[in-house]
Amino acid sequence: MDKNISFTLKVWRQNGPKDKGHFDTFQMKDIPGDTSFLEMLDILNEQLIEEGKEPIVFDHDCREGICGMCSLYINGHPHGPATGATTCQIYMRRFKDGDVITVEPWRSAGFPVIRDLMVDRTAYDKIMQAGGFISVRTGAPQDANAILIPKPIADEAMDAASCIGCGACVAACKNGSAMLFVSAKVSQLNLLPQGKPEALRRAKAMISKMDELGFGNCTNTRACEAECPKCVSISNIARLNRDFIKAKLKD
Amino acid sequence: MTKIIDSKIPEGPIAEKWTNYKAHQKLVNPANKRRLDIIVVGTGLAGASAAASLGEMGFRVFNFCIQDSPRRAHSIAAQGGINAAKNYQNDGDSVYRLFYDTVKGGDYRAREANVYRLAEVSNNIIDQCVAQGVPFAREYGGLLANRSFGGAQVSRTFYAKGQTGQQLLLGAYSALSRQVGAGTVKLYTRYEMQDIVIVDGRARGIIAKNLVTGKLERFAAHAVVIATGGYGNAYFLSTNAMACNCTAAMSCYRKGAWFANPAYVQIHPTCIPVHGDKQSKLTLMSESLRNDGRIWVPKKLEDAKALQEGKIKGSDIPEEDRDYYLERRYPAFGNLVPRDVASRAAKERCDKGFGVNNTGLAVFLDFSESIERLGLDVVRQRYGNLFDMYEEITDVNPGELAKEINGVKYYNPMMIYPAIHYTMGGIWVDYELQTSIKGLFAIGECNFSDHGANRLGASALMQGLADGYFVLPYTIQNYLADQITVPRFSTDLPEFAEAEKAVQDKIDHLMNIKGKKSVDSIHKELGRVMWEYVGMGRTEEGLKTGLTRLKEIRKEFETELFIPGSKEGMNVELDKAIRLNDFITMGELIAYDALNRNESCGGHFREEYQTEEGEAKRDDENYFYVACWEYQGGDDKAPVLYKEPLVYEAIKVQTRNYKS
Ligand SMILES: Cc1cc2nc3c(=O)[nH]c(=O)nc-3n(C[C@H](O)[C@H](O)[C@H](O)COP(=O)(O)OP(=O)(O)OC[C@H]3O[C@@H](n4cnc5c(N)ncnc54)[C@H](O)[C@@H]3O)c2cc1C
Ligand code: SF4
Ligand code: FES
Repeated sequence: MDKNISFTLKVWRQNGPKDKGHFDTFQMKDIPGDTSFLEMLDILNEQLIEEGKEPIVFDHDCREGICGMCSLYINGHPHGPATGATTCQIYMRRFKDGDVITVEPWRSAGFPVIRDLMVDRTAYDKIMQAGGFISVRTGAPQDANAILIPKPIADEAMDAASCIGCGACVAACKNGSAMLFVSAKVSQLNLLPQGKPEALRRAKAMISKMDELGFGNCTNTRACEAECPKCVSISNIARLNRDFIKAKLKD
Repeated sequence: MTKIIDSKIPEGPIAEKWTNYKAHQKLVNPANKRRLDIIVVGTGLAGASAAASLGEMGFRVFNFCIQDSPRRAHSIAAQGGINAAKNYQNDGDSVYRLFYDTVKGGDYRAREANVYRLAEVSNNIIDQCVAQGVPFAREYGGLLANRSFGGAQVSRTFYAKGQTGQQLLLGAYSALSRQVGAGTVKLYTRYEMQDIVIVDGRARGIIAKNLVTGKLERFAAHAVVIATGGYGNAYFLSTNAMACNCTAAMSCYRKGAWFANPAYVQIHPTCIPVHGDKQSKLTLMSESLRNDGRIWVPKKLEDAKALQEGKIKGSDIPEEDRDYYLERRYPAFGNLVPRDVASRAAKERCDKGFGVNNTGLAVFLDFSESIERLGLDVVRQRYGNLFDMYEEITDVNPGELAKEINGVKYYNPMMIYPAIHYTMGGIWVDYELQTSIKGLFAIGECNFSDHGANRLGASALMQGLADGYFVLPYTIQNYLADQITVPRFSTDLPEFAEAEKAVQDKIDHLMNIKGKKSVDSIHKELGRVMWEYVGMGRTEEGLKTGLTRLKEIRKEFETELFIPGSKEGMNVELDKAIRLNDFITMGELIAYDALNRNESCGGHFREEYQTEEGEAKRDDENYFYVACWEYQGGDDKAPVLYKEPLVYEAIKVQTRNYKS
């Protein structure tokens, strides 16, 4: 059976994008180990509401590690202590009695804070709109099995496609670069025969958009890969760079 | 009360209806498309695919979602797969067989013509998704791979690891992003539709709340499409994402759209059991696990008792003392019986005292046999991510060897229990997916159309994409062709002002209750009542008690609710309160329908109506119809029932049988 734990929680509060922000400190008592991290915040919020105070705002939805909505910086790590897991997949049994747990929003120029722990990630959508697609019309394309795709290629594309667009890579990067996210989408599409015709155009368009939106450059610190909840590999960045250089040479 | 319900099913033999329809429907020419606006609410599989397709066709589209990005719609969480009648495995599949399985799986309560069309376009979906770059699983030869799912004897499910919904949604999101980039679709994220605006009897716009600024905004269009998902969260605990809600659907219902078959709620057999009262949602373990996992409880009551007291573990119980009750009761389908059958069978065992966890509300799902047969590597390849997920949540690793008894290896079994998962009921639509309000369309899980009383696995994704890519983009033109002379109109019309004011009044009212109870605490209460009285095993008496309790909850909500903060700016609690208000109305609607339907079918099980063996007993003589509920001008008034009789031409209605 899981034990109950008590700990100190320091949570970032910020009333809006322009507010300076500050930490609020809470003493959490007797939280069962099988409570998820977000359920722990639910418990805190219920307490705050009971005291007539405003609850802490944070993004969340699926609570299964797939929607990419949750986004907390826990003790200095995006998505907290676990590897290969999102914030919503973390359970309190990972923490110890007496711990001090610090919770902050993603901190990056590309993701301004909206309120408390909630940030604005629409920049990712804009990068997608610049080229994160294969230009195919709704209608009747050829039979799906007319395109043979070797299993290793399909698997590699699938691994790249498992990115959930959470933004942890940007949050982890000292340069605030979105290269892991961009390279994951470009790799998925550029690896597949269906995506080849637009491969170079796509790489260039998405990278220019990323630069335009104020994300930093990649200097190969690998912090993104280490913190990515879906273990997206930085080999995707190398692939993206190759396609980007090819695209530049063609210009 | 009688009312002629015209479901607009086209003439002709079942296999020709859709072709005939498309050949004769009205179309809108390209120049006119540019002058027509369409609002699409929702960016899940249904909404994103529709918005992308309509934008690409040349309409001007406004697309709304609650989350910060269209890619986060609840469809993202679907794990298992999507069905299609490709027959790539050469195992005898066909459009007819998929159609037949879906109708049978739905316990003969779906509309035949819709289901046939669904099966017909299923193959186009796979083609479309592959062309978009969806990385479906493949065989070594480079062809697409398939797996089997509950309720079918063929292997027709396409999948992308355990993340099929994610990959399909990202495909649709890609197509949508392309249109946003091209300027044909305008996105409104972190917006929540609050009401539909009707002008001269037609849907002409919506009132939406900007969730960041808290302001209400008006949007006008020639037609409105609702793709807002299901109402499972009326039960508080479900496998649905936290933001899933029925506010948009309830606003349409209150404005006169009929709500069909609300009682058909699907309870999924393989979820992680409830662990405590702080739990916020239930986690689904993909049904694909039933391909290789075997479901059991102990044969002996004393073993069950010892398990419940934590004295022994599942792996301590040897083979001969295990009751593989699905294999025992349903030899032909075994562990792959449809969801409703599997869920009820689990409840039956637990009700008899054979449950295996501390609450007595769990059964085992065991991989010992398949690990021995296939090796741990193969099993992990198939289900590794699910095993990991299970371990993170429960601290138990299902791939771990626990014990060897008499040379037989026993691995840690998973514990599972049924949970609310999907809602077959929804806004009533005709064959064109138009609701009973002109110009208002409903697609995806939020309509009632294709699954009858029970949905088969891997069919919701199919339906969402069928509606959004291949059905609505045609049928909506049949409506819009008459609208080309209607100019864009202003949101200054009194109808918009009135609708906005009504929403504002409701918000003011909720803020002013100033009671003591949080939204979640009342929502949990609602969930308990729904699960207890309107859940898996329903009775007339229970439903009546349920209705009384729901009225009490409504009263509690109206007098005790407390929302901190102010109505200006972002207020998450206020947004949740608005949704809860609608869940309560929805809960009552489910109960009314369940009480009316004096039979058991699919996801609706009335304990009074079962065979001696405990199987669902349908009453085709009296209940062979779609129940369409009409709002009567107040949440406190009982809704009125209209019936759409079901007409079966291609399929002979039979008792569902998964035994032989
Ligand atoms: C855990 C899980 C696993 C599943 N696995 C499978 C599977 O393997 N195969 C299968 O076929 N099906 C599966 N399903 C079912 C399937 O995922 C859903 O039925 C389907 O994805 C619903 O799609 P949708 O487009 O209708 O709605 P959703 O994906 O729920 O999208 C709803 C959209 O509407 C928006 N919205 C809602 N209300 C409002 C409002 N008031 N204003 C503005 N926007 C609003 C939301 O933001 C969202 O964008 C699964 C479901 C769950 C819960
Ligand atoms: S690459 Fe990883 S960290 Fe970055 S957005 Fe995708 S899933 Fe998140
Ligand atoms: S809430 Fe969806 S990934 Fe965490």
